[in-house]
Amino acid sequence: MYGYILRRILATLPVLGIVAIVVFAILHMSPGDPAALIAGDHATPQQIADIRSKLGLDRPLYEQFAVWLASLASGDLGVSIFSNQPVTRLLAQRMEPTISLAISTTIVMVLLAVPIGVIAAWRADSWIDHAVMTLAVLGFSLPIFVVAYLLVYALAMTWDVFPVQGYAPLRDGIGAWANHLVLPSLTLGLSFMALIARITRASMLEVLSQDYIRTARSKGLGPRQLLIDHALANAAVPIVTIIGVGVALLLGGVVVTESVFAIPGIGRLVVDAILTRDYPVIQGVLLIFSAVYVLLNLIIDLLYVVLDPRIRY
Amino acid sequence: MTDALHQVGLAGDAGILSPPRRALVRRYPMVVLGAVLFAAVLLITLAAPWLASHDPQEIDPIARLRPPSAEHLLGTDALGRDVWSRTIYGGRISLMVGLVVGLLASALGLAIGLVSGYSRIADAIVMRVMDGLMSIPAILLAIALMSVARASIFTVIIAITVVEIPRVVRLVRSVVLSLREQTYVEAAIVAGTRPARIVFKHILPNTLAPLIVQTTYICAAAMLVEAILSFLGAGTPPEVPSWGNIMAEGRTFFQIAPWLILSPGLLLGATVLAVNLVGDGLRGALDPRIARRM
Repeated sequence: MYGYILRRILATLPVLGIVAIVVFAILHMSPGDPAALIAGDHATPQQIADIRSKLGLDRPLYEQFAVWLASLASGDLGVSIFSNQPVTRLLAQRMEPTISLAISTTIVMVLLAVPIGVIAAWRADSWIDHAVMTLAVLGFSLPIFVVAYLLVYALAMTWDVFPVQGYAPLRDGIGAWANHLVLPSLTLGLSFMALIARITRASMLEVLSQDYIRTARSKGLGPRQLLIDHALANAAVPIVTIIGVGVALLLGGVVVTESVFAIPGIGRLVVDAILTRDYPVIQGVLLIFSAVYVLLNLIIDLLYVVLDPRIRY
Repeated sequence: MTDALHQVGLAGDAGILSPPRRALVRRYPMVVLGAVLFAAVLLITLAAPWLASHDPQEIDPIARLRPPSAEHLLGTDALGRDVWSRTIYGGRISLMVGLVVGLLASALGLAIGLVSGYSRIADAIVMRVMDGLMSIPAILLAIALMSVARASIFTVIIAITVVEIPRVVRLVRSVVLSLREQTYVEAAIVAGTRPARIVFKHILPNTLAPLIVQTTYICAAAMLVEAILSFLGAGTPPEVPSWGNIMAEGRTFFQIAPWLILSPGLLLGATVLAVNLVGDGLRGALDPRIARRM
């Protein structure tokens, strides 16, 4: 088993390597000369050349990549062209809202979606089932910002239940923090919830058709024990897998959600960076989000061993 | 629609060849609903020159941000342009991006997937690259690609295609890998059939059915990503009246003129829903066992 864990951890390295190459390549496809950009409008050709050699831009591409990789490894993501601050500092400043939003959405949506999926499978072909499946297809089809504005229109403008936009840091009190997070979380979570509910239902239906469930039922087990202890435990692996895949959906959605609700997080940072063509920042966000995704899926792969004792490596 | 079902029926599961029209509705109500909805949107956008009540670019400084009325069905925007006319013209761009990306990503993904599934050396490299691309969240990758390109409909299509290709490659490769183990393929190899002939005659036809289903999902995803890119200011150039751009312009005025975002938004949602319904239905027709579960 330790062999498996080690192999699985090593297998993430080529993936992260490819991500680094892609991100590096994107930066180098960017139009314009970064040295000229940094030097400003009144720079002489000599000054630009100096900056270029200082940044190492006159060296061959593979050498630049090696230097860049080494600085990444030491935790240096470069300096923002726009604000002249280290990208790592910008990311750290914007971390709290994004983490609050992503984690609260994940927890709430998983807690909602799994029971919904279980009930839909338990009462397959009933009106509950049809309602859940309709909601699931809608959740995939509505653009995330349209969901956002529909929610704002209904719950913030028509009935003044939640704030229209903004973010309240956790240190201002948990009530204000939670109140500001409700609409963004619902927005961000709808497609995520649709995905999980759908897979939960499918996975439960598969398990519920098995012989041991019939045995358990004929032995007189109540629905709670039957569904949770017998069925859900065995349906867990695909559900957990899809939660991992769905995180990519969440991380992408964060960018849109934060910009609709004016939440000063990493998603807003990257949208502002596109408008100002601030490539080091775009690059940093891309690397961080991809690393989070890869690591989360690594953890989930390792969780399988715990979730399903039949899996032995 | 029936044509598509026929193709799928021929390529994969049998039993849905030439059903009477009423039976088709009863058996696949969601596919028919989706197809009708999609056809309606397609017709409206194609007939835009006749259905539009105003020139979509016509500015009317006096009638700015007017709510929906008989004169302006869906109201007017901040420059006094007619939202209904802009929306039906804008649909052309969304639909085109969806269809072109769907076809392009499927064709390229099919080619890469076939090679990868059939050559072990290519497979090792290709799948690592695809894993890497897929671990960058789709919207972020598209944003990053757009940030280095000049904004145009063409670059938007390319950016979204790059994002969608890995999903196709994975699907095609998995089908090829399972087909390679089939007895009839082994028999063909033993009989001395050339690899190229095996791929085109024996393997390719069997990948088409799942690929068609995947193509519909890619169309749906591409329309959503296009709208999101334009909405964030990283998509089609602002002068193009795509649904994403109309909504992006409406952001500032949402509290006083919500129709600017809601009308193109809901139409986009309906279009994507239609395509998803067709996709779900086609998948059901291909594999009735999965259909009952999903």
